Formats: sequence, structure tokens, C-alpha cells
Amino acid sequence: MKVVIIGATSAIAQETARCFAAEGASFFLVARDAAKCAIVADDLRARGAAEAQTFIADLADFSRHAEIAAAAGRSDVVLIAHGSLPDQLVIDDDPAAQVAAFELNATSFISLAAHFATATETLAVIGSVAGDRGRRSNYVYGSAKAALHAYCEGLRGRGINVVLIKPGWIDTPMTAQMRKNPLFASAASAGQTIHEAILAKRAVVYVPWFWRWISLIVRMLPSRLVKF
Amino acid sequence: MSYESWGRSIASTPAGVIALRFPPSSLPTDDLLLPYGLGRSYGDVCLNNGHTLLSTSHMDHFRRFDTESGVLECEAGTSLDAIIRFAVPRGWFLPVTPGTKFVTVGGCIANDVHGKNHHRAGTFGRHVRSLTLLRSDGTLLRCAPDENAAMFAATIGGLGLTGLIVSASIALLRIESPAILAEKIPFRTLSEFDELSRAADATHDYSVAWFDSFGGREPRGIFFRGNHLRCSAGFQPAPPLATGGAGWKPALHRSRSRRFPMRLFSPLLMPFTIRLFNEAYFRANAHPHPQTIGFDPFFYPLDAVANWNAIYGPKGFLQYQFVAPDAAVPDVLERVATSRLASFLTVIKRFGALPSPGMMSFPREGTTVCFDFAASAQGLPQLLDDLDRLVLDSGGAVYPAKDSRMSAETFRRSFPQWEAFAKFVDPRFSSSFWRRVT
Repeated sequence: MKVVIIGATSAIAQETARCFAAEGASFFLVARDAAKCAIVADDLRARGAAEAQTFIADLADFSRHAEIAAAAGRSDVVLIAHGSLPDQLVIDDDPAAQVAAFELNATSFISLAAHFATATETLAVIGSVAGDRGRRSNYVYGSAKAALHAYCEGLRGRGINVVLIKPGWIDTPMTAQMRKNPLFASAASAGQTIHEAILAKRAVVYVPWFWRWISLIVRMLPSRLVKF
Repeated sequence: MSYESWGRSIASTPAGVIALRFPPSSLPTDDLLLPYGLGRSYGDVCLNNGHTLLSTSHMDHFRRFDTESGVLECEAGTSLDAIIRFAVPRGWFLPVTPGTKFVTVGGCIANDVHGKNHHRAGTFGRHVRSLTLLRSDGTLLRCAPDENAAMFAATIGGLGLTGLIVSASIALLRIESPAILAEKIPFRTLSEFDELSRAADATHDYSVAWFDSFGGREPRGIFFRGNHLRCSAGFQPAPPLATGGAGWKPALHRSRSRRFPMRLFSPLLMPFTIRLFNEAYFRANAHPHPQTIGFDPFFYPLDAVANWNAIYGPKGFLQYQFVAPDAAVPDVLERVATSRLASFLTVIKRFGALPSPGMMSFPREGTTVCFDFAASAQGLPQLLDDLDRLVLDSGGAVYPAKDSRMSAETFRRSFPQWEAFAKFVDPRFSSSFWRRVT
């Protein structure tokens, strides 16, 4: 099985990749930081990957997306997992920073998804429960993810296998500064869930599963109550 | 993450926590640092109150695995659980394992942990082929028995104080099956335990015993011994473990261990009920028969309950583990029994004579005994001070990885080489434990 991972040094992507590595998959890994990407590639090889090729690119630079898709070639799975969670309070009054965060978390995903849509058996995209409802604490990140959710539904309508993954709180460096509560899941268990969902070609998967129900309730709340 | 220690008897109040995922190229120099893995040390060797913790449990990449020799090189935050999940389906196991797999490789090295096979395999440190150590001055040292040998010796059992262990190469153990052929044998006196133990040294990879701490000088107990199951076909270079069906497959992460409202049980942990428990436990195991069981229940029975440490309630508990010459043990057992304090899980094992490469390693030839007591028990500080005296007068030592109360004097007498070791401590590294005992 050939697996392309965009944003290969993300904690969730890495845990998902480890599951594929245990099955002897071949990897094409794309990341910005060459040293970290090499560490991830070595990790996957040691865990049983048949091959782990690396490609270094800043994914915010859309001009390189065609090059990435051409170098990756045809594959069984493409997982798009890069991104960043900006501190909303810091960017509240900074239009340029908001646009940059939106471009990295939404526009670059759409560009990559469009490049890979017909070059892969399954396209897996990391969305977020933050995209199910706008929240004061992360609305730029959330609105970018909401854009992806709609985009993925449309792609699916076009007949492409799209697995949209919506993680809740996962214990990763991205959430290192947040206070932990019992709803936090480990990155390793998130990776296993995502691996299974990709193999089963599920349309939408919440990670962990209970977020489906939390999200359902949150989406039904009237707007004047949503001030959290 | 709350960065507590497992006994929960000391509050963890670090001034800051730096979460590592990839090996850093340098370390901050504006505060005293201490690596923190999975927080399974019982007392304060893993705490750095008022200063900075370097959280390592996400720094967990494998670097390479040699399928011929079984040497695994991985980052120090890799858990033993992760190694088992990877290695067992390929026919390998840990060379030495403590009673929980939720510990990191770095923690195993820093505490030079031991297991039920100490009589055959020595400590974890004996199986470390090399390690890399990042010092606060920015140097990355490769340490091995033949390279930076003194720093290698200081780091094994060095309580995380010699710098950040970034990675290590561990020689794994070939197995033919994930199963253990295990036996339980009752004993009624300490000399019976001793005989069983010496006999097992020659015949069994693993041995340990539970005993009734109310029994005084001649306690009854249950002796556990086991061997990795050998396949009748003999050694197979590629055992059929990785295949489905009869082979062992790792359970899903999310189902591996359950949390229970353990606090509800804490009123049961009093001397009377523990006496009843001991009676029932001894009777239940009084009729030995060999059993083939999985390695999980054999090595890690307590890992099935994710939060078993909560059973002692909000004040937590203290473990007390010492090693002493065999002849000193009866006096210690008698002192514990006369205290009438209840030790819920009491474990005894004879350490073998294999030396550790570690300068500050705890295990040495003799008998080791481990008690656990509710931290709030009346008269506990006096009892433990008395035990320290008995242990030290016999030439024994108390185990730092489980300690939260030993005096500076007890530490220094347990580890008279501590001043030589202190020269290897990184000037920017420290711990709550180290400040307490030096």
C-alpha cells in the first residue's frame, strides 16, 4: 500500500502512519522541517515500512503543490494533516495573521486536495470538531475547518472516496498549553481510529467517537446561547 | 497531564513544563531542569518542584531495529508498552521489565530498574548498548561501555541528573512465544522461600514472591516462577507470532486498561481487611499447578487498572523498598509486623550477583523487599526510620525510585559513592529528590 502524508511531522499523522507502517506500507512524506521529517521516516522504516521517501516543502507556498503531487505519483491513500492552531486572542486584531491562518488551514488543504483528488484511491483530510460551530476561542481555525468540511462533502458527491476526520481534544504538542480533562484522547489511540476509518473508507469519523454526539448537541444550540 | 508522581503523596509544583516531541538541539539554561517521562516513580525522583520539567513521553521515535541481533535504537520517551507492541509479534521481548510497562526507556535507565529475572539478567542497564546524552552546555555525548565510559556509568541509575537522555540502544530478548509457563508455590517460612528462590535461580527465568506482612520473621507467602514458553519445534528464527489466528496481536490502545472509582475501595485498606485478604489470597493459591498464561498477567497484573494508585485515597501512599544481606531480613519483617501497620502488596525477591554497569545502581546481591503503606498511617514515619537503621546497619540500601522521605544520611549511607557521582551531574539539572538528600 502506498501512503502519502502531507504534514508528516504532525503528531496525529505520525501515529496514523505508524499503523500503516506495521502493515508494511510505502510512504511519501511531505513536511517543512527536513530534520524532523527524517526522524519520522526513520521511525516508520524501523517499524516495518517498506519505504519512506521524504519531500521538504512549506505547504503555505501553493506554487509547490503541483510539484508535490507530481513527485508523489499515484497512491492508495493521501492523508492531508498539516496545519496550525493559532492563539485566537493574539490574532483577534491582526487581519494579516487571520488570513495567514485561514490560508494554511483551509486554502492550502483545498489546493492539495484538488491536486490529489484523482491521483489516489482514498483521500483522508483532518478537519476538526472546531469546524462544527464557531467558537470565540478558535473561530479562525474553526472557520477554516468548516470550509474543509463543506469542500469534502462536495468532493464526495463527485464520486471520490473522502474520509473526513474530525478530532476532538487530542493530547499533542498543539494542545500542550491547554488544561487537560477526561475528554482528551491520546495521539496513539487517535491514530488507530483514523487508520481503521481510512481502511473502511468511512465518510466522516469523529475521534474519539463520542464527539459525534457532543457535536450534534452543540450544533443544535441556538446562536444566542453559543458564546463559549 | 498533571506531572504527578505515582505515589501521589507529594504535590508536583513545577514552575514550568517543556513538552518535547523531537530531540532538541540545545536546552534552556535559565532554570534547573529534570526529564519527566510517564511519572511512574513513586516519590520525588521524577519531580522538580519550583523548577522546570522536560516532558519526554512524546519524544518516542524508533531509529532503527536490527532484525538479526534484536537491538532497538529509540528515543528515550519510548514506553516499554510501545516496544512490546512492536517486538512481541516479531519474536522479541524486553530483556528486563519492571512491574509496569507504562514507563519510558529513559526512566528505566535513570533508575536502572530491575525485574523478576534479576538473578539471570541483572538490571535494565546491562542491556543498554549505548545512549546519547544532551548536556546543558549543548554537547551531545554518545556514551557506551567503551565510549565516554564514565558518563555512561553515571547515567545508568543516575536519576536523570546527568543530562537529557535523548536515545538509547537496547538489546532485546529472543522469545519463541508470547506465553509464560508460570507456577505458584506456597511457602510457610522465610527459609522455605529461600530454598525455593535458590532452586529457581537455576531453572527459571523469572521469580518473585508475595508474602503476608503480618507474619513476622517467618511469613507465609506465594512464590511465583516462570519461563518463556519454548515451542516444541525448537528455536524458530521467524516464529509464527505475527500471523493472525493463534498469534498474539497487540490490543487496541483504547481498550488496554480501565479506570475504576478506586477511591471507593480505600476504606477497605485497613489492617483487619488486609489480614482477611491475605488469608484468602494464600488459600486461593495453596494448590499449585503450572499454567500457560500471557505475558501481560504475568508481568503486569496491575496495569489492567489504569489508576490503581488512587486506591489509597487523596493522601496517596508510600512504597518502601530496600535490599539487604539475607540475614538482615527477619529483623526487618519482625519490626513491620509488630508495628501492626498494613502493607497491602508486599513483595520479596533475591537479587543475583550480576553487576550493573551503573555507578548509582540500587540492586546488589541480597534480598529485596517492597512494602506499600497508606501515607496517612499513624506511626509510619517512625517505622520507616527504624527500618532505615536496620537496613543500613546490615550494609543494605533504600531505593530512591520509590522514595519520598529518606533522610540525607540514609541516602548517603545507601550510596556512599554519591560524591563521586555528583561530579557527573549536569550543573543545570536537579530534582526535588536530589535537593532533599544532598
